[in-house]
Amino acid sequence: MIPTPTTARRATAVAARATDLSKVYGQGETRVVALDRVTVEFPQGEFTAIMGPSGSGKSTLMHCVAGLDTFSGGSARIGDTELGSLKDKQLTQLRRDKIGFIFQAFNLLPTLTALENITLPMDIAGRKPDRQWMDRVIDMVGLSGRLGHRPAQLSGGQQQRVAVARALASRPEIIFGDEPTGNLDSRSGAEVLGFLRNSVRELGQTVVMVTHDPVAASYADRVIFLADGRIVDEMLAPTADGVLDRMKEFDTKGRTS
Amino acid sequence: MFRTALRNVLAHKARLLMTVLAVMLGVAFVSGTLVFTDTLDQAFTKQSAKSYDDVAVAVSSHADPDDPKQEPGISRATLDRIAGVDGVATATGRVEGFAGVPDEAGKLIGVGWSNKGANFAPGKDGKDPRYDFVEGGGPVSGGRIALDRETAAEGGYEVGDTVRVATNGPVEEYRLQGVFTTDDGGVSAGGSLVLFDTQTAQRLFLKPGYFADVTVTAAPGADDAKLLGAIEPLLPEHAEAQTGKVLAEQQAKEIEAGLSAFNQIFLGAAGIALFVGVFLIANTFTMLVAQRTKEVALMRAVGASRKQITRSVLAEAAIVGLVASAAGYLLGIGLAAGLRSGMASFDLKVPDGPLVLGVTPVLSALGVGLVVTMLAAWLPGRRAAKIPPVAAMNSLHAAPTQKSLVVRNSIGGGLALIGGGLIVYGALEGGETGRFLIAGGAFLALIGVIMLIPLLSRPLIAAVRPLMVGVFGISGKLAGQNAVRNPRRTGATASALAIGLTLVTGLSVLGVTVGQSIDRMTTDQIKADYMVRMAGGGFLDQSALTALEKAPGVTAVSPQQAAYLEIGGEFTSASAVTPGDVEQVLNVERTAGSLDSLGRGQIAVAEKTAKSRGWKVGSTLPVTYNDEKKGTLTVGAVYRDSEFLSPVLIDRKVVAPHETKPYIPSIFITMDGGGSAANEKALVDALGNNPAITVMDHQDIRDEFGGMINMMLNIMYGLLAMALIIAVLGVVNTLAMSVFERQQEIGMLRAIGLDRRRVKRMVRLEAVVISLYGAVVGIALGSFLGWAIGETVKNSLPGYALVLPWDRIGIFLLLAGLVGVLAAMWPARSAAKLNMLNAIKAE
Repeated sequence: MIPTPTTARRATAVAARATDLSKVYGQGETRVVALDRVTVEFPQGEFTAIMGPSGSGKSTLMHCVAGLDTFSGGSARIGDTELGSLKDKQLTQLRRDKIGFIFQAFNLLPTLTALENITLPMDIAGRKPDRQWMDRVIDMVGLSGRLGHRPAQLSGGQQQRVAVARALASRPEIIFGDEPTGNLDSRSGAEVLGFLRNSVRELGQTVVMVTHDPVAASYADRVIFLADGRIVDEMLAPTADGVLDRMKEFDTKGRTS
Repeated sequence: MFRTALRNVLAHKARLLMTVLAVMLGVAFVSGTLVFTDTLDQAFTKQSAKSYDDVAVAVSSHADPDDPKQEPGISRATLDRIAGVDGVATATGRVEGFAGVPDEAGKLIGVGWSNKGANFAPGKDGKDPRYDFVEGGGPVSGGRIALDRETAAEGGYEVGDTVRVATNGPVEEYRLQGVFTTDDGGVSAGGSLVLFDTQTAQRLFLKPGYFADVTVTAAPGADDAKLLGAIEPLLPEHAEAQTGKVLAEQQAKEIEAGLSAFNQIFLGAAGIALFVGVFLIANTFTMLVAQRTKEVALMRAVGASRKQITRSVLAEAAIVGLVASAAGYLLGIGLAAGLRSGMASFDLKVPDGPLVLGVTPVLSALGVGLVVTMLAAWLPGRRAAKIPPVAAMNSLHAAPTQKSLVVRNSIGGGLALIGGGLIVYGALEGGETGRFLIAGGAFLALIGVIMLIPLLSRPLIAAVRPLMVGVFGISGKLAGQNAVRNPRRTGATASALAIGLTLVTGLSVLGVTVGQSIDRMTTDQIKADYMVRMAGGGFLDQSALTALEKAPGVTAVSPQQAAYLEIGGEFTSASAVTPGDVEQVLNVERTAGSLDSLGRGQIAVAEKTAKSRGWKVGSTLPVTYNDEKKGTLTVGAVYRDSEFLSPVLIDRKVVAPHETKPYIPSIFITMDGGGSAANEKALVDALGNNPAITVMDHQDIRDEFGGMINMMLNIMYGLLAMALIIAVLGVVNTLAMSVFERQQEIGMLRAIGLDRRRVKRMVRLEAVVISLYGAVVGIALGSFLGWAIGETVKNSLPGYALVLPWDRIGIFLLLAGLVGVLAAMWPARSAAKLNMLNAIKAE
């Protein structure tokens, strides 16, 4: 099965894209190909999940497209900006202005209050937050009562909601999530995923999320599957069971090959 | 356990680097000082042993050459009698005194107090064993001299040249007969030596026909002690004889005593540096223990006892201490070698000799390094032992329990209050007792403040946070918050700087205050335009006074001639002055009587002396002069006490008949038109262009008194710089820890768009905030101490007024900020270079 990532499936613009993207670690015998000429598009207003077994390159793909990591060949773009030609300073600015991040370990600053953590990207950029938008975001993640709390006074689920709000607050062109529910129990995880989906449906955001949890993936509009650094499959309107079955195939493959 | 400790040390090499550096620097200072003084000591001992090498017996006279009732020295006849003693090979008479020669610009060569003149005393072979002639020969007839090689070279003198030689009398001209080398101590210390023929030297320095010293060499087989026994009966009452060996030992002992003062100052500075280092070490080990919580808990879980845990931390400290001490000892040797050559470049020549690597420096290096490191690691070690085994089970690395600071703050507050109280009480009490109380109080207050520093950090740093946010934006905001995240660590880091700055500020406040008071006093009390003195600190000749009186443009001249009078049965130090002129050159504030009375042969008395002795204007007092003649003196005036006036003033004409030679340390002059280049030249010319006499204008006089304080301050700054360097290492250490601990946060900040520049700025600002915090605390405490000690010396210093040297304090703050920036350089760079991906990966 040759994977053919959907192009022109919808007439919407593309928020990010990778073309023949390769990432190689080491040389000679220790050479490891993490990404092998991957081509993929993330259309605007879509919630994409990237799945695959450990070592499949799913995180590497996200890091390269998000401008967190460098790549060895091909191209990666955010909107119209080609990342390969950018220096660190420009990459930093790009991440600041156009990208939102949600990490597995929440990564909030313990010294800042919830609200300060949410507005941190704008503080860094030296911009005033858009009040109306902020209210909507905070309202959506249900944090209005806890804005003055510090991370240590919040539960894991609440902390991740702060992180979601932080990613949304600057109205980025695209939000990347790296196992955003990895450290959460299923109920908190479901809440966070619900917010992410709502941000796509209601706020028109674009979300790309790396996960290994079929339930989490089922919240997405589309799941792409990676194995050995290549895209091997794609699933539209996924269900948890469908994703689970697809993932099991990798296991059997791994066992038989 | 030891193996675990060793592994831990190896695993945290980089982490321990600052600790090692700090201990190493302190140890280097200690061992360097010891090696240096050992080396000097041995070199000097060897030199003195060498100079007494062939001396069997040395005779020296303590006669007062001006006492008419005594022989002024050892006569030629006595010398001949000594030479005739059985077993004496040679007996050489010596006489010496001050003599200086000018360089081409007319300035005195050498450092004043070690400019010497002596007699050339040839033996039967025509040679004087003390001097090796490299050119020409020794002077054996009048009008000729010889010079040591360095002096001849510096003055550009060749054999045959005419040389102007200044002694305590007028300048005389001589022909250079020869150039020599010698291992005379004064010459090797950078002084000059002029050799005269014996008659001339006796005329200049003593009395014709007399010697001050005699050195005796023994014939082969003669016993020194027996010779001494034979010589002693031949000597006049005022002369003393000793064997060369004993003298060499005495001299060595004196040198040792002289060096010990130097030793104490340096070791004191090293002690302060090591004390500051303790905070750094404690910080490092606290951090290492915190990082290892899970590991320690695991060891506890599998059965290690608390004691074993503490011991393993201490073992780690011991390894670090040993390594650092060894490195410090080696560095110390280098330091000692550097100090020696450093002294040479300051014209303080010390005799050559190998570096002496004794056992004491090695032992003290190891002892100091080990003990300090282990002491500092003891608390963190105990804290490690308290980690419960269950901590191993926690999935997330457990944050070190922030134990409440309540106990610490109460004790610290108490100590600070008691200390502060003692200081204030001591300041009010004044005098020696007051200073003693202040010293005790300062110690308690310092400990108290160090304990309170973590508590104070929050409000103080919070106070400047709005400013930081305003100026530096998000970097400032984050830095301000990071600085107070771990108050204990911030506290320990700031403490190191605070201690150094307390001392530096205290000294500065005191030094500047006293310096300015003295300066003000000098300006107020000395009205003279010029002061004339001997360069070597000796006494001016009467002829200088006469010459100055005749110099053109001079309006008033008065010496401050030392006169010792027994007034009312008690020896009283008095100044013999020129009546009428003395009020014009010095500020004599008359409170009773009339100063004109001085001219009528009466005396003027200082207020305090008058009061304590019960003297009033009109009191008639019995007096015994220096020559034991008796008489009476009437008090004609009373004046206010001043540092520049003796308790008694008297007309110099009154004492002149009773003194064979006047002791004139200084002469004050006022001139028509005040201080000017022309006037100064007139004085120099009047004095016969004598290189040994210094003419000081008003500014020179002020520098003379104030300059010493500045020099002392600079030396202290230099010594305390050591403590500051270690404090800088502490800041580096703390920042490196902070950056390491916050890798994840910094990675996240980078990911969401904080650029490298601002990451660096964030780290740098944290360092600056911590440094400035320490500096502010230190400056506050130091100023308080400076004020307190100043209060105790107030009484002995009229015109005392506290001066806060804002310029210096400003510089200290600036330096502290700079310290922060410098210390942050490496941690900031490593923070900016952090790999985001590693950082944001979940644990």
